[in-house]
Amino acid sequence: MFQYLIRRVLWSVVLFLAVTLVTYVLFFLVPANPARQAAGQSASPERVAEVEEFLGLNDPVYVQYYGFLKRLVIDGSLGQSFVDRSSVNDEIFRAAPITASLVFGAMAMVLAISIPIGILSALRPRSLLDRAAMTYVLIGISLPSFWIALVLSYLIGYRLGWTPIAGYCEVVSVPQAANCGGVLDWAYHMILPWFALAIVQAGVYVRFIRAEVMETMSQDYVRTARAKGAPERTVMKDHILRNALLPVVTILGMDIGLLLGGAIFIETVFGLNGLGGTAIRSIGQFDLPTLQGVVIFGAIAIIIFTLIVDLLYAWIDPRIRLS
Amino acid sequence: MTALLDVRDLRTHFKTDDGIVKAVDGVNFAVESGQTVGIVGESGCGKSVTCLTIMGLNEARNTESSGEVLFNGENILDASPGKLRRLRGSEIAMIFQDPMTSLNPVHSIGRQLVETVQLHEDMSKKAARGRAVEALKEVGIPRAETRINDYPHQFSGGMRQRVMIAMAMINDPKLLIADEPTTALDVTTQAQILALMKKLQDEHGTAIVMITHDLGVVAETAHDVVVMYAAKVIEHGSVDSIFKNPHHPYTWGLLGSLPRLHADVERLTQIPGQPPSLLRPPKGCRFNPRCPYVMNICKQKLPELMPVPGEIDHEQACFLDEETKAREIARLKEIVMAETA
Repeated sequence: MFQYLIRRVLWSVVLFLAVTLVTYVLFFLVPANPARQAAGQSASPERVAEVEEFLGLNDPVYVQYYGFLKRLVIDGSLGQSFVDRSSVNDEIFRAAPITASLVFGAMAMVLAISIPIGILSALRPRSLLDRAAMTYVLIGISLPSFWIALVLSYLIGYRLGWTPIAGYCEVVSVPQAANCGGVLDWAYHMILPWFALAIVQAGVYVRFIRAEVMETMSQDYVRTARAKGAPERTVMKDHILRNALLPVVTILGMDIGLLLGGAIFIETVFGLNGLGGTAIRSIGQFDLPTLQGVVIFGAIAIIIFTLIVDLLYAWIDPRIRLS
Repeated sequence: MTALLDVRDLRTHFKTDDGIVKAVDGVNFAVESGQTVGIVGESGCGKSVTCLTIMGLNEARNTESSGEVLFNGENILDASPGKLRRLRGSEIAMIFQDPMTSLNPVHSIGRQLVETVQLHEDMSKKAARGRAVEALKEVGIPRAETRINDYPHQFSGGMRQRVMIAMAMINDPKLLIADEPTTALDVTTQAQILALMKKLQDEHGTAIVMITHDLGVVAETAHDVVVMYAAKVIEHGSVDSIFKNPHHPYTWGLLGSLPRLHADVERLTQIPGQPPSLLRPPKGCRFNPRCPYVMNICKQKLPELMPVPGEIDHEQACFLDEETKAREIARLKEIVMAETA
């Protein structure tokens, strides 16, 4: 178990290096000069060269990469924006809670929708409910998330006026100028984005949970449980779900990690200035340090959540824990 | 003495997209306390479904069952789900073919044993655990006190089947249904498991229904034998009469395909062809397409179970005349004698 943990952590480091390196290489493959971008449209060539020198863009790529790694590991700093020299750390710390609010709330909603529907579908395959659920799955998988977000925003936010259309409210440390704040306002503003993201994601989960439950129901040990005289409720709770939801934990962890890197479409539609917005802005401005910051944050989120999933898995599945 | 379990004209039909599959089609047999009845037949002949029907474990949605399953004189075929549930695991227990997959991998065996007790008795966890340790000791699990905390994957196949038996016997059931309990095990383990079941039967007076395709297992354990072919009983009788005076060509085929230790033969006799589809069974005797003695009548009429002349409690369903049968039985015996000589 301990060895397993060490191996996993070492792998995470390799993964981390690979991700940052690829971002660097990709960035320098783009035929554009960040210095020109930073210096402004009307800057003279001398001025651009000065900016290049200042930003360290004249150094070979590996020197820049080394400098970046050194800053990150020794100072824990992601550097400063090419555009306005502001700290990338600050920008990430500002944007991450917004994206995290969106992702965790939406994923909780996904589970609340997909677990009951998935189970009921599996219990009565080809029933009316199952067919309705499968139709929903098809729609959920096929429709682009921004379309659903726009429709929800128009219908529920604008026409019905039940929820705000856009914006984010801080829960703690509400800024003076803000016109909203606190948990209630926060949830009130988040409910539509949550729902939009959840509708799309839940389709995949309903199908997955249905398949897992159906497969587990035909397992021999489920028959054994019935042969022991266990009532259906117990069979479902102790014998089917416990086994069927194991793989759900895996994809849930990966999806959370993935989405934390920025749910760009949903954030944009609902005016949430999270990591997705930061990423798009930094790409447009050739702001390598900020983009790198978002990528690294996303990569770390994925790595951490995969690690959590693996540890959680070992904890709930004795076959992994004890082997 | 009335039988503990008396199955009368049991029929189980499955509705499928292709039509109705008559998986069990008029099966009769009985078993008394302390006795073992062996149900023999090829894969897919309906022997497992028979037992699942007795247990009420078929998928209710597409299954139709008729006939009677008298347990202690009471028909449990139409009993309420709740009543059946209370019977299962306490009065009637079952063990399955594959011990590797029959235990829940995420719970310790202790938890699974305790669950079985607490489902049927109002007993504290501690007391139930004590009983679980006793049950594990009884089936010969070494260091039962510590092994009770282990998970199924930490046991070998034979040990897992012992755990399954312990779980089945923990509430001291009157009837134990064993669905090919030794098929997935290696030969030495098979013998141990059969011996264990026999020991428990002697101590507890349990009735056993032993489902198997292995006539060797039947010879070793059963008192009565039911031979099934394509959802029907084609011969049934005491273990002596089936082995010494088998009356159905299918039974001859099964006996002929039994490996013998000293036999000096190139390969085992086999029954040609495959069991028929239960969706559309052949007209007349269901064995007729594979039977070497097939006559015209076999293709027209379905033979009923008839008593074998001069024997009690021995029935068979074959049109072949007694003279031919006597000759063939003698020939079969000769072959067996010659091979083993």
